[in-house]
Amino acid sequence: MPADASSADTLFRRITDYANRADPYPLYAELREHKVARQEDGKYLVGTYDEIAALLHDPRVSSDLRNRAEPDPSIMPPEGPPPSFIGRDDPEHDRLRRLAMRPFGPPHSPGRIDALRGDIARISGQLADGLRGKSSFDLVDDFAFPLPVTVICDLLGVPSEDIPQVHTWADTVVSGLDFPPDEDPGARRHAAYEARSAMGQYLGELAEKRRHSPTDDMLSALANEDGPEGALTQQELMVTTVLLLIAGHETTVNLITNGMLTLLRNPEALERLRAEPELIPSAVEELLRYEPPVQFLPQRTPLADIEVAGVTIPKGVPLILVLAAGSRDPLRFPDPDRFDPARRDNQHFGFGSGIHNCFGAPLARLETQIALTTLINLLDGPRLLKDPPEYRNSPVLRGPRHLLLGQGKH
Amino acid sequence: MPGEARGARRDGRIVIVGASLAGLRAAETLRDEGFEGELTLVGDEPQLPYDRPPLSKLVLLGKAGAEDCGLPARRPIDARWRLGVPASGVDAAGKSVVLADGERLPFDRLLIATGTRARPWPVPGEAALEGVFTLRTSADAGRLVAALDAGPRRVLVIGAGFTGSEVASACRERGLEVTVAERGRAPLIGALGGTVGDWATRLQRAHGVDLRCGVTVTALTSAGGRLTGAEFSDGSRIEADVAVVCLGAVRNTEWLADSGLAAGPRGVACDAGCRVFTMYGIVTDDVFVAGDVARFPHPLFEYQLIALEHWGNAVAQAEIAAHNMIAPGPLRRPHLAVPSFWSGQFGLNIKSVGVPTFSDQVVIAQGSPEERRLVAVYGYRGRITAAVTVNRAKWLEHYRRLIESAAPFPPGPGAADHLADLEPVPSDVPDPRVLTHGPTVALTGHLPDRRLTLVRHDG
Repeated sequence: MPADASSADTLFRRITDYANRADPYPLYAELREHKVARQEDGKYLVGTYDEIAALLHDPRVSSDLRNRAEPDPSIMPPEGPPPSFIGRDDPEHDRLRRLAMRPFGPPHSPGRIDALRGDIARISGQLADGLRGKSSFDLVDDFAFPLPVTVICDLLGVPSEDIPQVHTWADTVVSGLDFPPDEDPGARRHAAYEARSAMGQYLGELAEKRRHSPTDDMLSALANEDGPEGALTQQELMVTTVLLLIAGHETTVNLITNGMLTLLRNPEALERLRAEPELIPSAVEELLRYEPPVQFLPQRTPLADIEVAGVTIPKGVPLILVLAAGSRDPLRFPDPDRFDPARRDNQHFGFGSGIHNCFGAPLARLETQIALTTLINLLDGPRLLKDPPEYRNSPVLRGPRHLLLGQGKH
Repeated sequence: MPGEARGARRDGRIVIVGASLAGLRAAETLRDEGFEGELTLVGDEPQLPYDRPPLSKLVLLGKAGAEDCGLPARRPIDARWRLGVPASGVDAAGKSVVLADGERLPFDRLLIATGTRARPWPVPGEAALEGVFTLRTSADAGRLVAALDAGPRRVLVIGAGFTGSEVASACRERGLEVTVAERGRAPLIGALGGTVGDWATRLQRAHGVDLRCGVTVTALTSAGGRLTGAEFSDGSRIEADVAVVCLGAVRNTEWLADSGLAAGPRGVACDAGCRVFTMYGIVTDDVFVAGDVARFPHPLFEYQLIALEHWGNAVAQAEIAAHNMIAPGPLRRPHLAVPSFWSGQFGLNIKSVGVPTFSDQVVIAQGSPEERRLVAVYGYRGRITAAVTVNRAKWLEHYRRLIESAAPFPPGPGAADHLADLEPVPSDVPDPRVLTHGPTVALTGHLPDRRLTLVRHDG
C-alpha cells in the first residue's frame, strides 16, 4: 500500500519538509492525536505532554546514538571523538556536565550568570543604538545573532578578533544538523564534521594557553580545574567547549527573534509588556512554550522495550520527542495556541526536562529578558516587513534566517 | 467558568490556626480562588511565616541569618494576623476558636494547620541547662547558631534522623567535633530503612562524626547550670558544651483535646478532602486540616492514615484544603500527592518520593554507593512504593510515576546507569519505637487494641 501523504506514518517527513517550516503547529496537533506515531522508516514520534515528560525522565531512554540498533552514519560519523555530554548517558554524562558546570553555575559558581547582567545590557544597548534611525533592518543579523555570540565568546574566553571565524564554524556545524530536502547530505555533513574538528582544535589550543596564563573566563577555569574529581581531559575539554559555544550561538538567537516576531504578531501583548515590564520574565517563559528554539529531540533511543500510551516502542529504534508539540498540548495548557505573556503554571519543554535539561538555560533566559526589554524600549513603532519571514533550514533549531523590521513613520 | 461559581462559598469568616507554610499557602489559595470574606491567621510565634528547611542547613552554616528565612508573600491575602498568641481551644458547636488571651474568633470554616514542635528532652531539669537546644523554630536556630559560633569543643547530637544528621553535618562542615547518639542501629534508619542506614553510617564516620548507634543518653551532666557532657547506656561518657536534642516532633493537638474532633498525639484525622473527623469518625464539613498535623488516608498506602512532616506535603495539602473550603461538593478534590522530601547533609543531596518505610525490599536501581550517586527503589509485596536518590534527584519523577501506577518491584532492566547489578534485599524498616528520633512519616493506621466508647449526652 503506498504511503498516504496525510497518514500518521509520514508525519516526520512532513514536519521536516521545509515547506512547513513557517507553521509546523498543525502537524504537531495531528501528532498529538496519535500520542505515539510510528513512522514509515521505523522512527517513533511522541508529541503529547505527559508521554514526553515520562520519556524525558525515564532512565531507559538513552541520548547516546551508539545505542541505536542501526547506526545512522548521517548524524553520527563513525570516526571522530566521542560525543559531548548532550549525547552521553549517566554516569559519564553526569561527570562531564558536572565538571562543565563548575565554572558556570551553582553550587560552585552561583553568581556567574547574574554577574553578566551589566555586560548583556551594555551590548544590547549598543546594538539597539545602531538600529536607531534606520527605517528598516534585519533583526537577526543586526541584533539577535551578535548579542548571544558576543556574550558566549566573552564568557568562554574567545578573543573578539576570532569571533568571525568561530561564527563561520558554528554556522557550518549547525547546517550539518539540517534536513535539506533536495540535496545530497554527505557534503554538508562532511563540512560540519570538519568545522567541528577545527573548532575543537582551536579551543583546545586556546585552553592550552590559558593553562599557563589563566584569565577570568570559563576556558581558563576548565583548563585549570583542580577539584576533587580532577579535570576534563584535553579531548573532553575540546568536545565540551565546542558544544557550549555552538549551543550558546544557535539557540538564543532564535529565541530572541521568535520573541520579537511573536510580539509583533500580538500587538496587545507588546503593549502590555511596555506597560508592565515586570511581566518580561513570564513572557520569556511563554515564548519558550509557544515558539521554542529547539522543536524536537531527534537523538533518543530506548534501551529496553518501553510502553508509552499503549504502544510498545522497541529497544534500539530512533525515538523523537517533539517538545514543541508537548508544550502546546491542550491537556496540559489551557488555550495552548494563545500567546499569554502572563501565563501561570507554565512548565514548558522549552529547555527540555530531566537530566539533559538545558545547561545554558539561565544564560538564555537572562539574555532574552534583557534583549526584549531593550528592543521594546528603544525601537520606534516596529513592524514586520515580511510575515512569515524566511526560515532557517533546520526543523530542530527552528527560527527565522532573517527578520526584516521597519520602524518610524511609514 | 459559570459551573465553578455555582454553590461556591466565597463569603463568610475563615479562621486559619497555624501561621507557617501550610497556613500561609492556604490563605493565598483561598484568595486566589476568589474567597472574599474575612480571613484571620493565628500563630503562636511572633513573626510572619518563615521557611524551616534552611534552619538546619544554611542557617547553621552561617550562610543565612535565622531571621532571613521569611516565606515570600506570593500575593496579598488581606488577612487579619493574630501572631504571638496560641489558640487554646475550639468550640465546635458555637463555631469559634478560643485564643490563649481569651479572645474568641467566630468562624464559618476553620483550617487547622498547627504543625508540630520539637520533642523536648524528657528530663526537664536537664532540658533547661545552658547549652541544651532543640531545633524547630527560627528562634531555636538563632540560639543554636550563636552557641556554635562560640566554638564549642564538642557538640552532642541526640537522635540521628534527618534533623540530627543535618545538624551533625553542619557542625562537621564548621570544623566542630561531633558525637551523634542514636538508639537505633544506624542513622536515618527510621525514614529509609537499615540498608540505606548502613550506608549513612559509613558516610557519617567518613566525615569524622563520632557516631554511636545502639546507645541511649542516660543523663546530661552539668556544672553550675551549664551542660558539661553526657552519659550513655553502654557506660561510656563524653564531655560536650552543646547538646542538640533531635528526638523528632510532637504534633500540636493538645489545644483540641476538648473539641470533640479526632485529634490526638498522632495528629488530626481527616478524609481525603482534608475534612476533619469528629472523635466518632463522622466527617465534619466546616473544619479542615493541612500540613504536619494532618493524618489522612492515602490510597497508595492501602488507605492507612498517614502523617507527613514534609514541606511539599504542607503546600499540596494546604492548597487542596483551601480549595475544598470554598468549592461546592462535586468540585472538591482529593489530596493524593505522592509524598516527597529532601535533605542536604555531608555534601549529598538526598531526595525521596513515596514512603520508604512502607516497604519490605529495596534495590539499587541506578548508580552505586561507591560513586556517591544512586537511586534506591523500595517495594512492598511486589510493587514499587518509594525511591530515594542520592545526588540523582532528576530521576525522581520517573519513580513517582511508577509508584502512582503501582508498577512491579523490582523495576525492569534497561537503565543506562544500572551499574551495581544487585538483587533486592530486605529494606529493614525498624519498629519506630526502637529509635531515638521519632519518624518523619507516621503510618498510623489505627491499632486493633484500641476501643472507642460512644458517649451519649442527655437531651
